[in-house]
Amino acid sequence: MQTVSTPYGRLDLDPTALQLGELVVSDDGVELEVVSLNPLQFEIAPEEAEDWGE
Amino acid sequence: MSSAPSRGAPSITVLHDRLRPEEQLLFDALEQRGAHVERVYAPAWHWQAGAARREGETVLLRTLSHARTLAIARALEADGAQVINSAHVIEVCGDKAATTAALAAAGVPQPRTAIAFGRDEVLAIAEDFGWPIVLKPVVGSWGRMISRLSDVDALDAVLEHKTHLGGPQHQVFYVQEHVNKPGRDLRAFVVGDRVVAAIAREGEDWRTNTARGAVVRGMPTGPMEEIALAAARAVGGGVLAVDLLESGSELLISEVNHGLEFRNSSAPTGVDIPGEIASYLIAQAERYAQHVS
Repeated sequence: MQTVSTPYGRLDLDPTALQLGELVVSDDGVELEVVSLNPLQFEIAPEEAEDWGE
Repeated sequence: MSSAPSRGAPSITVLHDRLRPEEQLLFDALEQRGAHVERVYAPAWHWQAGAARREGETVLLRTLSHARTLAIARALEADGAQVINSAHVIEVCGDKAATTAALAAAGVPQPRTAIAFGRDEVLAIAEDFGWPIVLKPVVGSWGRMISRLSDVDALDAVLEHKTHLGGPQHQVFYVQEHVNKPGRDLRAFVVGDRVVAAIAREGEDWRTNTARGAVVRGMPTGPMEEIALAAARAVGGGVLAVDLLESGSELLISEVNHGLEFRNSSAPTGVDIPGEIASYLIAQAERYAQHVS
């Protein structure tokens, strides 16, 4: 496990087990999407967008 | 993305963005069945016209945005890939007006539905159908921005909001009769030419989407098979979730979904839905690879 700091809070995670598109939650309660593995990058994950769905 | 799959283990490319439980379940099911899964994160992917040929390649699309999914499907089909679901199916299912037109052309029962572009026309439709009416965005899912309108004041308020929202999709008024369903709607999971599972979604909200807290119960597939398969054929077939409404003893098709979610449906039905989808994908991939070799 490793602690990663982001502008949206800290994450305790195993970087080697992460997948692109995976959602993680920071200690500030912000839901983040893994958008890059190398370098490790996260973006705030919107709950939905207008044309999202089934 | 890879070129055509080699002989032996079937290869399936899965284009995705946000990983939902469904994508993980599909990855696992495909790999358990011996498939090689190539995962491609769509936000980090691009396509260039004419840069690659993909004959023999099968691609499963699991992206959330309708616009993005349709663009990817068109691009990959242009390269010769077999895309599931196809661009045609995504186009028809992703636009409620197109779905309604396809169902109507095939004679598949659905609620009375109309499309209009002005307030007076919607009012005339409401007086014909009877209040309340249901106004839906032509693109959208999870019960989002669907309105049940009981009178002309409610209609005027919603149309005013839609006018100010902007965007061409909000200027197409998709109107349905309100079906007085018995506190639930039904969903049939169609995989190829079979209904593999069926559920009822029960809830307090008149929109009985699981995204709105509806409770899922397993249902026998038999009563839904004929109409669900007819609806699936009408939109082009593939891996689909067909939503049905009960109107008295009659079943009506309300929607056909091309990017189905099933995380809450395997347990109550006892059906391994991701397994069914994975087996279908592998069979389609093998058939397509053989066809082009």
